[in-house]
Amino acid sequence: MTFLLGLAWRSLRNRRLISLLTAASIALSVALLVGIEHVRLGVRESFAGTIKGTDLIVGARGGTTQVLLSTVFGMATPSGTVSWATYERWAAHPAIKWTIPYALGDAHKGHRVIGTTAAFFAHYRFRDRSVTFASGGPPTDDRSIAIGWDVAQRLGYAVGTKVVLSHGVAAVSFAEHEAHPFTVSGVIARTFTPIDRALYTTLDGLTAMHEDEEAAGGLMMGPPEAGHVPGQAPPITAFLVGTKNRFETLALQREMNEDRTEPLTAIIPGVALAQLWQTIGSAEVGLRVVALFTVLVGLTGMCVALYASLEARRREMAILRAVGAGPRTIVALLVLESALLAVLGAAAGVAIVYAGIALAAGAVEARFGLALTLRPLGALEWGYLALVVGAGTLVGLLPAWRAYRTSLTDGLAPKV
Amino acid sequence: MTAPAPAGPAVALRDVRFAYRGGRDVLDIPALDVARGERLFLHGPSGSGKTTLLGLLAGVLLPRAGTVAVLGQRLETMGSAARDHFRAEHLGYVFQMFNLIPYLSVRDNITLPCRLSGARRARLGGADPDVEAGLLAERLEIAGLLASPVTELSVGQQQRVAVARALLGRPELVVCDEPTSALDADRRDRFLELLFARCADAGSALIFVSHDLSLAARFARTVALREVNRAAAPAAAGDPEAVAAR
Repeated sequence: MTFLLGLAWRSLRNRRLISLLTAASIALSVALLVGIEHVRLGVRESFAGTIKGTDLIVGARGGTTQVLLSTVFGMATPSGTVSWATYERWAAHPAIKWTIPYALGDAHKGHRVIGTTAAFFAHYRFRDRSVTFASGGPPTDDRSIAIGWDVAQRLGYAVGTKVVLSHGVAAVSFAEHEAHPFTVSGVIARTFTPIDRALYTTLDGLTAMHEDEEAAGGLMMGPPEAGHVPGQAPPITAFLVGTKNRFETLALQREMNEDRTEPLTAIIPGVALAQLWQTIGSAEVGLRVVALFTVLVGLTGMCVALYASLEARRREMAILRAVGAGPRTIVALLVLESALLAVLGAAAGVAIVYAGIALAAGAVEARFGLALTLRPLGALEWGYLALVVGAGTLVGLLPAWRAYRTSLTDGLAPKV
Repeated sequence: MTAPAPAGPAVALRDVRFAYRGGRDVLDIPALDVARGERLFLHGPSGSGKTTLLGLLAGVLLPRAGTVAVLGQRLETMGSAARDHFRAEHLGYVFQMFNLIPYLSVRDNITLPCRLSGARRARLGGADPDVEAGLLAERLEIAGLLASPVTELSVGQQQRVAVARALLGRPELVVCDEPTSALDADRRDRFLELLFARCADAGSALIFVSHDLSLAARFARTVALREVNRAAAPAAAGDPEAVAAR
């Protein structure tokens, strides 16, 4: 067997151009298969990394997805408001280390405006990074506002630009808060998360803006300002929680959900993101099917290449038979050749993916916010590789069968 | 392998008939015997069934009827795997040309039968195949080529490599199918000298097939295939010699 393996290897090396091309076509299809798997995991990790380090997101009583979408993704409307008193009460809870209040309800040219505190810049994490500034800094008073990367790019804003907010989150609003303009204090460095599409001001800024409007006899106030008594802190729409001990998260979540003072919904971001991914992640199945078809094409190419070489190898088969090789040895030789090609192709395919990640991971992350990591192959990928090698060996049976038949009819005198 | 060496003459054919699938008989040989160590020149024009006969002797083809005994072993009663093993152990074969596996070196081509068959290797009596190949190559005047790729060899050199391969392990029977047809007269004579000497060293019987009657003088015994093969009759129907022979 070892001898046959050596024979198969030298036979392949003898036809090195066609062997290389065949192995390369298998390598490329394997690279596609494994590469898609890496990208898929990268996308999933990036998605799961949209918000990190936050143990609970707490909003008014509502659906899990609604709280997640409105708070983290800037989509859908908030489920309601949380009174300042309730927020302060929970913020002082002994299990809680920090909180970030979120007040939604205003917009600027289709981009959401979030009223928050310095805690946002101190504690918010995405993909294990904190929010940093490309230029300027966080909003410090009730007239300053920080803007996301996409907002700055789309609208051409920079530090110092004057910004007028509008009421409500619709793209076009006729209710402009003109009496209280803001000044851009900083542009947040690109995060590849919904932060890039939002503006961040202080809670005081939002309060001051609405009070100025009221003083100017301005707008009818809807939520979240409804019920707001001037001089008192207005309600917020949600708050993020970091616990002192992560093991207390579940207990804290239950405590918040069961609290009767004000009905709240506390969600665990990781769990909610995973649920959301399950519903939107089905596109990856399509990618996998395409990749599997590519592998099929690569294997077919190998079968054709081996089959086509047989005619030229009838003399070789006759020599082998003359020195005592049985037809079965000839089958074994050809199957070994195809198995070798499949193994080499699969190994090269994995090498291509790893080399590609090693070379391009930095550029890809900078360009797409997609974190591709060099990690060992997962069970699924080993399964794919086993499938490719197994199928490659099986595909080799067809030319081997043909060689078996020819070697029987040719005997020692091939008609060449 | 410690199986007892097979006894009996090198070759004994009795009432052998052979036809390719569905065709008429190509061979119909009442009797053909070759003694151990004998050098037989088997003469016949192309298409007379020479290569078919060699296929029967090698156990690659099976007769429709009759018995093919090589070294006293009935090939037609063996299974195909047993025939493959028998061939690997007891037979050396030299083709007309293109004897060598193109992707193996000269040395690896010579040792190929010993690598494929443990029984053939056992015939070396524990000696290293590479060393034995070197000794044979020396005697065949190709020692300097052992490490060369076979694609760099002349036809004459290739045929000597083929002889070295056929004789490695001293098989009882060596079969040559027109091995000199691609050689010029000088090279042919030198080749035959070397072939005979090495067969004598090994004690192998030699069956040498050719259409070139001028070689017959160098052999102790010459058989015209037409004489032993009754199936050759239709081709020779108009041949007065053959008709007279009946």
